Amino acid sequence: MKMRASGVPRREFLRALGAAGLAVAASGGCATIGRSGSAGRVVVVGGGYGGATAAKYLNLWSDGTVDVTLVEANANFVSCPLSNLVLGGSKQIADLTMGYDGLARRGIKVVRDSAVSVDSENRIVRLAGGGELRYDRLILSPGIDFLYKMVPGLDNPEAQAKVLHAWKAGPQTVALRQQLLAMPEGGVYAISIPRAPYRCPPGPYERACQVAWYFKRAKPRAKVLVLDGNEDVVSKKGLFTKAWNEEYKGIVEYRPNHVLTDVDVRTLTAKFETADDVKADVLNVIPPHGAGNIAAQAGVITANNRWCEVDFLSFESIKVKNIHVLGDAIQVAPLMPKSGHMANQHGKVAAAAVLAALKGQPVNPAPVLNNTCYSFITDRDVVHVASVHQYDREKKTLLTVPGSVGLSPAMNPLEGEYAFAWARNIWADALA
Amino acid sequence: MTTTHRIAGHNRIRVRHALVALAVAASGPLAAQGTGADTARNIAASCTGCHGTGGVSAGTVVSLAGQPKDDLLAKLQEFKAGKRSGTIMPQLAKGYTDEQIDLAAGWFAAQRSPK
Repeated sequence: MKMRASGVPRREFLRALGAAGLAVAASGGCATIGRSGSAGRVVVVGGGYGGATAAKYLNLWSDGTVDVTLVEANANFVSCPLSNLVLGGSKQIADLTMGYDGLARRGIKVVRDSAVSVDSENRIVRLAGGGELRYDRLILSPGIDFLYKMVPGLDNPEAQAKVLHAWKAGPQTVALRQQLLAMPEGGVYAISIPRAPYRCPPGPYERACQVAWYFKRAKPRAKVLVLDGNEDVVSKKGLFTKAWNEEYKGIVEYRPNHVLTDVDVRTLTAKFETADDVKADVLNVIPPHGAGNIAAQAGVITANNRWCEVDFLSFESIKVKNIHVLGDAIQVAPLMPKSGHMANQHGKVAAAAVLAALKGQPVNPAPVLNNTCYSFITDRDVVHVASVHQYDREKKTLLTVPGSVGLSPAMNPLEGEYAFAWARNIWADALA
Repeated sequence: MTTTHRIAGHNRIRVRHALVALAVAASGPLAAQGTGADTARNIAASCTGCHGTGGVSAGTVVSLAGQPKDDLLAKLQEFKAGKRSGTIMPQLAKGYTDEQIDLAAGWFAAQRSPK
């Protein structure tokens, strides 16, 4: 929709603009004046791909006029994407670790603390350290927390230190690498995958490839067992299957329909609904999970007791006003993966919606998002899955556009280069 | 919503068209995102996860900032039509409408190019 203003006398045109501007403001109907005297106060909880991006874009798009506070428990951002390369040994965790100083330099207040509760009536977030933060709009990007009650043997800290998930990049990633290094030659590494939806659909299969890549070089008689809680490979099936049959023939074995019920931590034995027990030398369990705990405290978990349903125009909770939820914590739209790239896109749609709301403007009625996800088969050969998601006004959800959804034809080193370039840019897009 | 009517040195009709355009912009499907500039900005922001904030890329992925709009438009349309090879762009370009491609290309062209 182009509009040509040239030729219109300036005074009349400005008058026209003013009238329309007033109409927009009046129809918005939800203008909020920031209680701090700024253009509004936004608290973002969680500094991962979703939250950090939302905080940055709120700052960027408001020219710093909106007061943005980012609450994050960890000192640094550690990227989950690429973290399987640390298990393979071709990358170090330091390569994936960045500080929040870039956001602080922009004028975003970075508070190192955990949010423990939300008073949505009075719009206050309470922190573990005792502090309170008032907000006009709250953005929760809490990631995931594990449902250890569903794996009773793991429901204590000692067990969790022995049978690792490494599904939040950081110390667990490094510890799992240590377990792989210490594993005897000819040993068995087993990974348990929960039922979908879970964080990063292709991630467990990429991990199998990376561990196999390491074994092929350092422990050629060792095995990788993929114990999938699903009926079949959830993502990039043909590409991963090809890698296991060719590149990692004799190393990787895939077993579907392995729904985990419990773990015997002493003997490193996994137990399943129907399949036989599996004993491993290194047992890596990705437990079933749901939205991070603060989402439950805020009352925004609405789907299956796990995920947060949102209005996809704004990522505002369908249940609690003025609270937006991003990233892996949401109940996804059809064919939308729980990925870091997707969370980056959620963050921008939410930032635009929050800024519009603070100005009393209507929300963008036609958001468009995309996903790009690279998986490393070797240390340099990569495959992708990508898609574009457009808002559908009738169905009130984001739907993939036919033709945009697809995979690499085969693993290739060019996309390995792109995967590293993608990481560099998306990290800066969130943190710089 | 472009108007080129001109009635004997009279500007009233054009102003009325501008008003209509604004009213539509305020309530219509695409442009009701605050302003038209925000529409383009929001679409372009879906590209910057890979291409860098503002279209300024640090590595192998090409920078889009400050590239001539016609070049960007031609490349994107070639990707969309399957006439240009690539890795993910032949897919992603198919996911955007022609209008969205035009707006994104225009927005990146208007950004300051990397030093």
